[in-house]
Amino acid sequence: MKPASFGYVRAESLEEALDALRQHGPEARIIAGGQSLMPMLNMRLTKPAMLVDVMRIAALKEPHVEKGALVVPAGVRQAILLERPKLADDLPLLASALPWVGHIQTRARGTLCGSVAHADPSAEIPLCLVALEGEVRLRARRKARRITAEAFFTGMMVTEKADDEMIEAIAYPLRRRGTGYSFAEVGRRHGDFAIVACAAVVDSARMRLAIGGVADRPTARDFPHLDGSALDDALNAFAWDLGAGDDLHATARYRRDLVRSLGRRVLEDAAKVTKGETNREAAPCRS
Amino acid sequence: MPQLDAKGRHAVAFTLNGRPAAVEVETRTLLTDALRHGLGATGTHVGCEHGVCGACTVSIDGVPARACLTLAVGIEGCAIRTVEGLAPEPGRLGSLQAAFRRHHALQCGFCTAGILVSLDAYLALRPSPSRREITEVVGGHLCRCTGYAPIIEAALEAAAELRGEGPALAPSENAHA
Repeated sequence: MKPASFGYVRAESLEEALDALRQHGPEARIIAGGQSLMPMLNMRLTKPAMLVDVMRIAALKEPHVEKGALVVPAGVRQAILLERPKLADDLPLLASALPWVGHIQTRARGTLCGSVAHADPSAEIPLCLVALEGEVRLRARRKARRITAEAFFTGMMVTEKADDEMIEAIAYPLRRRGTGYSFAEVGRRHGDFAIVACAAVVDSARMRLAIGGVADRPTARDFPHLDGSALDDALNAFAWDLGAGDDLHATARYRRDLVRSLGRRVLEDAAKVTKGETNREAAPCRS
Repeated sequence: MPQLDAKGRHAVAFTLNGRPAAVEVETRTLLTDALRHGLGATGTHVGCEHGVCGACTVSIDGVPARACLTLAVGIEGCAIRTVEGLAPEPGRLGSLQAAFRRHHALQCGFCTAGILVSLDAYLALRPSPSRREITEVVGGHLCRCTGYAPIIEAALEAAAELRGEGPALAPSENAHA
């Protein structure tokens, strides 16, 4: 399986990349780390006429903290962010989830923004962005806009991004004091697509649970503090509302069961922080 | 801004196993095919061509990556290392390769080139890996012969040898002794 032909632009600045997008419109695709787009090209699931490579743009390489959020520009590879000192302190949820993204051989190349642009409903990086109520920063030649992660993902591999726009950066709100975070996932093998992935954010006011791998996009719901059968009921309603389907990997029923059981586990784990306990350390690889 | 047309052939220059290399490719040419067809470096194998199996893994600027998910035009100026770069000289195996041989860490050998390159790159960054870390690295590769256990033993033994500590396992602990 080889890609169909395409033109290729190696952009050296953001302006060059945006010019190419404006010129080629829906025929152009941004390529960054290529770990999502290259399989699509190889299998000819997509046949863009023009690829715009943004990995040589120096201005897109540096994650930075800005107004209480970690801003991750389009050129930041997953492995680079994982090596960031203090990631587990600043963004414990993302630090727990990133080791579940593919393998070291794909994280070495893949970018965070690329995963968000690809918008696979089972992907961990978009899930964390929705769970933390982060934002997506879009830029076109003449305009820039910021939208919430929840508004950005509109369906299975479909997003709000217009043809002349690229994701310039995504922004993850930093850990807040007194808030607990927890992540867990079930897949056939480590590094596979998640059958169900769960991310919990719990503070004194509410419990927030985001689920990947079930609905057509990462989906979050806020609950008041619940326990016992009230929490079971709330999770059961959420599990049904996600509209799980059967596929090769798991039945809808199994997915709903995972939302109820794994969802409860991450909520209870994250809630430990609000009770003054320490929660499960960012455990790489295995839940 | 370099713009390359879809149908033409384009020169790409990089270093391959420490030596300058140049190849002419289409924009759509994968690094696997550029290495194998363009340069005759057939040590890098082609398996699934969508990033899952790991057979094509090469080191790009010191980190292991899927050559089948890399466009050849994207590696201009990069340092590429493949399985051909592991042996110190013809007829002599590198430490990792020799450990693979001792532990019978390959059978058909199709996956081996990619696994060796992944482990070589990883050991260069992390000379004292845990068994769990090695398992994680090898988890990025499909091997249908070995069951992985001898690969992990070989990697740990090679790491110890490269640190100057001698074999990590006593012969009695070696499943193949």
